[in-house]
Amino acid sequence: MFAPVYLDHNATTPLHPEVLEAMLPYLREQYGNASSRHEYGRAARRAVDEARQQVAAATGAHATEVVFTSGGSESNNLFLKGAAVSLRPGLLAVSAVEHPCIARPAEQLARQGWEVATLAVDGEGRVEQGAYAELLARRPALVSVMLANNETGVLQDVAALAQAARPTGAWFHSDAVQVLGKLELDFRALNGAGVHALSVSSHKIGGPKGAAALVLDKRVELQPLIAGGGQERNLRSGTENVPAIVGFGAACALAARNVKENRRRLADLRQQLEAGLHHQGARIFGAGAERLPNTSYFAFPGVDGETLVGYLDRAGFAVASGAACSSANPEPSRVLMAMGVAPELARGAVRVSLGATSTAAQIEEFLGVLKGTLERLTSLTAMAS
Amino acid sequence: MKLPIYLDYSATTPVDPRVAEKMIPFLVEKFGNPASRSHSYGWEAEAAVEEAREQVAALVNADPKEIVWTSGATESNNLAIKGAANFYAGKGKHIITVKTEHKAVLDTVREMERQGFSATYLDVQENGLIDLEVLKAAIRPDTVLVSVMFVNNEIGVVQPIAEIGEICREKGIIFHVDAAQATGKVDIDLEKLKVDLMSFSAHKTYGPKGIGALYIRRKPRVRLEAQMHGGGHERGFRSGTLATHQIVGMGEAFRLAKEEMVEENKRIAALRDKLLKGLSDMEAVYVNGDLEHRVAHNLNMSFAYVEGESLLMAIKDVAVSSGSACTSASLEPSYVLRALGREDELAHSSIRFSIGRFTTEEEVDFVVKLLHSKVGKLRELSPLWDMFKEGIDLNTVQWAAH
Repeated sequence: MFAPVYLDHNATTPLHPEVLEAMLPYLREQYGNASSRHEYGRAARRAVDEARQQVAAATGAHATEVVFTSGGSESNNLFLKGAAVSLRPGLLAVSAVEHPCIARPAEQLARQGWEVATLAVDGEGRVEQGAYAELLARRPALVSVMLANNETGVLQDVAALAQAARPTGAWFHSDAVQVLGKLELDFRALNGAGVHALSVSSHKIGGPKGAAALVLDKRVELQPLIAGGGQERNLRSGTENVPAIVGFGAACALAARNVKENRRRLADLRQQLEAGLHHQGARIFGAGAERLPNTSYFAFPGVDGETLVGYLDRAGFAVASGAACSSANPEPSRVLMAMGVAPELARGAVRVSLGATSTAAQIEEFLGVLKGTLERLTSLTAMAS
Repeated sequence: MKLPIYLDYSATTPVDPRVAEKMIPFLVEKFGNPASRSHSYGWEAEAAVEEAREQVAALVNADPKEIVWTSGATESNNLAIKGAANFYAGKGKHIITVKTEHKAVLDTVREMERQGFSATYLDVQENGLIDLEVLKAAIRPDTVLVSVMFVNNEIGVVQPIAEIGEICREKGIIFHVDAAQATGKVDIDLEKLKVDLMSFSAHKTYGPKGIGALYIRRKPRVRLEAQMHGGGHERGFRSGTLATHQIVGMGEAFRLAKEEMVEENKRIAALRDKLLKGLSDMEAVYVNGDLEHRVAHNLNMSFAYVEGESLLMAIKDVAVSSGSACTSASLEPSYVLRALGREDELAHSSIRFSIGRFTTEEEVDFVVKLLHSKVGKLRELSPLWDMFKEGIDLNTVQWAAH
């Protein structure tokens, strides 16, 4: 069976074997609806409660601050739209490098009477201090800045941004989907600095797809996105997806246990990778900023990213050109455009994101294959011109 | 025979082992994000998603392009009602639904009212079915949406969806149907039914929790305002990474439903008849909901002169529900039973038995015996029962205050 080396962990991650173990009973004999009063239901309810504790522990939150959703996109939609309904239309600020599941809801709010300001970023992808200060002077009601960018891995100093926003009274949200499991995440500390909500997702940390959470300061009043049976304290109705929630909880427990070691291990592997990339003439985006330890977003001048990625796949390496969610779209990355990268270079963008199954041997092999592929591609280009 | 006996299939169903088997590879080795276009992990996941889409479409005779994945029927109901009402708000802002709908519909319609829409909640007849004349009379020039569920989750009655579809199409009104309890139980042909939007759930049809779908008609084309924005998945109707394994599960569950429905319905009807016969030979027990226009799987019965909570506790060896799962935390009597005209007392003493694929004759026999025994005992302790046996009409009694 052709099983390419998987280097696309920011897109999704393989399920951790311990997570599968935790989930299986809930796909078999333990099938109760968590809202049912009989023993089947009560067992399901206990499982959901335990998972909630695990998610809370991994994010430095209290269990009552964890709202289960079906995905990171939903968590982001829930916060922005739910907050917007509670507040009167005002100013919403989002960074220029947010994931589409923040950017698109923001556009939707703009159609509903909100003013939306896009926070410019510098050449390394960090929110520009000057632009931010100007924005704060306009007293935003809502701010959303992601903790780590899914394409570049660049980190924002969300605690500092939130702290600066406090005097405005704005509700501050951060998409932390790419951070959980890679870096320590402490909602309590962030909340103390003025962050009111975080989005986290299961399938980025070795958990199953289909479960995620919005970690939410209880003082924030959100209008639910999904109405009905009243689950999640009325914030998110719908029969609880017990197996996925259990898997999410188990994945969180693992992530919390392994994060320190993980961080070091990934940083070493990425170091090895980028040494090789530099040697081959790659331009690495956001390298001047603090980044997630696992992500490397780069381009080779004159080499088309889509094409390179196609060759790499055939050679047995699964990587990405641009983000998964928009990889059907031939436009150059919005994130790179916001960083001022020239479109021709941006079109060369390739993302390698390492994870639990990544090894030094894989990186070594990848660099070798990359070298060969580049040689072929540049000679083909030479022949064509 | 495993205790407690599970007769709560309307609350949720076990994942059919054949479905679980299909799902697991997509949970484990084939874990790619279906939106990853750059490698075979993604393509493989995408192919599986599209195959499942065909399977869901096949059960209801729809085009796969008309099937949009959601996280469940609750979300589908929200998307259908909010999405259609908001898109067509220029044409009018009146919504019609029924008092016996699931909360996922009722609460969503109430939300629309808070946003400036007006709504009519139709009464039902004593048998739980809507009166088509009452529906017609409720339609106004500014009505844009009608929402009526196919099969009621509490009492199992089947509404006249085909006729309602004709009425709505004739008036250019969007018709949404919550079919969460219908798939695998009744025939659904969306080529024939003039339904514009239909919600589906996997976990009511032996599929996994956490996945559902919304049918959105293309001929004539129905438009919706999306509710979940982001990466543009599902042709912009519903953004968010698709959970491949859950989708594969729903596809397989619906494929099995298509193949096995006819045979299964026969078997379940026989079990239901046994249960009904066994329980009906007690005095003062009533079936809630029309006896003819119903699915075989559901039997909601009221046991007069028995206190509801005590009854539920007495039959702990059977997992059933009184009222819907989604509302069973509240001690309010079921609003569905109240809509049938049942007084609170009787509504409180009601049990919903729902039979399913894995229910056995042995289990039904056990339940009949158990109910006879417990109902008998509880009635022995009930002074109201004594009065009933003496022929006293309790409605004429003047109760003294203490």
